[in-house]
Amino acid sequence: MTALVLAPHGTSPADRLKDAAAVAFIALLLGIPMIGLLTVDQGGALRVATRWPTLFAFVAICFTGRLILRLAIDRLRAAKQARERSDVELAAADRTASPWLTWIGWAALGVALALPMVFSENRYVVDTATTVLIYVMLGWGLNVVVGLAGLLDLGYVAFYAVGAYTYGLLSTQFGWGFWQALPVAGAIAASFGILLGWPTLRLRGDYLAIVTLGFGEIIRIILVNWTELSGGPNGIASIARPSFFGLPFKPPGDEATFASFFGLEYSTNHRIVFLYYLILALALLTNLFVSRMRTLPIGRAWEAIREDEIACKAMGINARNVKLSAFAIGAMLGGFAGVFFAARQGFISPESFTFNESAIILAIVVLGGMGSQLGVVLASLVLVLLPELGRDFAEYRMLLFGAAMILIMVWKPGGILSHREPTLRYRANGGRR
Amino acid sequence: MSQPAPLLSVERLTMRFGGLLAIDDLSLDVAARRITGVIGPNGAGKTTFFNCLTGFYKPTVGSVRLNHPQRGVLRLETLASHQVARSAQVVRTFQNIRLFPQMTVLENLIVAQHNALQQASRFSLAGLLGLPGYRRAETAAMEKAVGWLQRLGLIDKADTAAGALPYGMQRRIEIARALCVDPLLLCLDEPAAGLNPRESAELNELLKHLAGVEGIAILLIEHDMSVVMNVSDHICVLNYGRKIAEGSPAEIQRDPNVIKAYLGEEEADELGSDEEHRPEGVQ
Repeated sequence: MTALVLAPHGTSPADRLKDAAAVAFIALLLGIPMIGLLTVDQGGALRVATRWPTLFAFVAICFTGRLILRLAIDRLRAAKQARERSDVELAAADRTASPWLTWIGWAALGVALALPMVFSENRYVVDTATTVLIYVMLGWGLNVVVGLAGLLDLGYVAFYAVGAYTYGLLSTQFGWGFWQALPVAGAIAASFGILLGWPTLRLRGDYLAIVTLGFGEIIRIILVNWTELSGGPNGIASIARPSFFGLPFKPPGDEATFASFFGLEYSTNHRIVFLYYLILALALLTNLFVSRMRTLPIGRAWEAIREDEIACKAMGINARNVKLSAFAIGAMLGGFAGVFFAARQGFISPESFTFNESAIILAIVVLGGMGSQLGVVLASLVLVLLPELGRDFAEYRMLLFGAAMILIMVWKPGGILSHREPTLRYRANGGRR
Repeated sequence: MSQPAPLLSVERLTMRFGGLLAIDDLSLDVAARRITGVIGPNGAGKTTFFNCLTGFYKPTVGSVRLNHPQRGVLRLETLASHQVARSAQVVRTFQNIRLFPQMTVLENLIVAQHNALQQASRFSLAGLLGLPGYRRAETAAMEKAVGWLQRLGLIDKADTAAGALPYGMQRRIEIARALCVDPLLLCLDEPAAGLNPRESAELNELLKHLAGVEGIAILLIEHDMSVVMNVSDHICVLNYGRKIAEGSPAEIQRDPNVIKAYLGEEEADELGSDEEHRPEGVQ
């Protein structure tokens, strides 16, 4: 009793032994019929055979396993408490921006810039990195809706699809180029964001999630069934690839190409590397835009809506407009990513815009730490690279993926980076800003 | 004391939830630059009254008129809750504190100035570009917030997350945040709940300062009689949604209806010794 009072969160070795013994006992009870007894076919009749040594080995494994697990949990918990205590102390000491986070951010940018130069001949690496960056951009876009405004959106892929199909149609039907279509697709995706936002203004949390999930499916089903517009399940093919300021990436011919203009030997890798730098630039612009918006009145209002909508109304904030702007801007960024996706693939079909994609993008935001820009990058790396690395494990790949997600959530319930940086400070480095 | 023209006049306000009559035919005038107390036992309809004033509820019957010095007469019962704060400058606090807990104290106060800042940022364009007009507005907002934080003794906590601070401080932050909206009428819902006697005394000083010096009319729901009787110029007593008495603190203390509502018939004589009614469920 005293031990409990003195150490409510920790357990003594005796407690751990008792706990492990209880688990071993349950294992024994379950194990007798499941492991201890075995039916064997003996001359046409079923006989019961016993396997006591195997059973005892099983019970012993359960006992030690539980002991180790308990010990590990207690260790982690103690470490976490120590960390939280120091966090409180640091907060009390009015700490400024954690410098190592900024440092990691710059290092990540350096790596991202250098990557295609180092791996210029390795198409697989650059392609995978491009995929990571698409998810980073989508994550940053969804972060506005989910991380900042706190509106749980399970249908984000719909805006990605709207962007991709807008460019696909503009390109194949009207011959528009990538750069012309980009703002138009963004605007159309944003208006779809408002279209979704309008009926869901009164909803929050679970209910909002269900409606947005439905919206995502509606868009996909329309794309599958409206064959005249979208090509149905066959999708849209031969979408124009982006060119380098008017110079296409083609084998040498009559017209000037990227390779001929710069006097390079033609290589298919040129386009791959260009696409990589293009999405890097788009993602960085997105990051700059979202980070800047966060420190503006509208960004603070997004966060305030997440924190307490009623208090916002009492402060004279029009919650409807604030929510719609979050939906619109999140959707616009998703639309931009969609345009890039269509341009990169050259072919789009409803297959690419399933609920699974929405779930992965949401997982990136949640795992990264709601509202954290750098967290999104780390989570995208984990969620895209893990299935890639897991290819060797064949059918266990998704299992591995799920286990990693669970581990991250257990280890860091607030996401990989859950620290929130204030948008403005009274004391910045000792004085006024 | 001569009564100036009322800032807010509530006429025949009735709020019905199905079969429950939460407010029954309530009429009340609130004077500018004065503190008006609203008291009554738990469940008397005080918070419902606030919700009707500030647009969170639409009253079943009745009107709420605000004499705005610049914008003329505004019918509050027709406005949405954010318009009540924005156009009519009637700002409220909440019985169970509603801050933006993860945001810093300073950010809480800046969010309260959203409309002015949003206008200066021109749909975020001027803000994104960092144009001087927006920067000036941001600096002005900072100065206003810092001014109130200094006045309320919260400046040391400016960069701390609001949710991490003690209860009494959160109450003051909520008042500071409401003040950043530039209220004509400040509606405080039990601002002294959970405060210790020293904090209550500080609150008294603050309320008197706001009404007397800053010229903000205050409508005050409070159970703590040491606050209500001390600061109110005028008190309205509600019971079961009806107004049972109205007058100066001295008149209210003598009013037999009030004594009956609060203490029951037999104990009526003991009013003088039982002045501190604390609401239930508050630390």
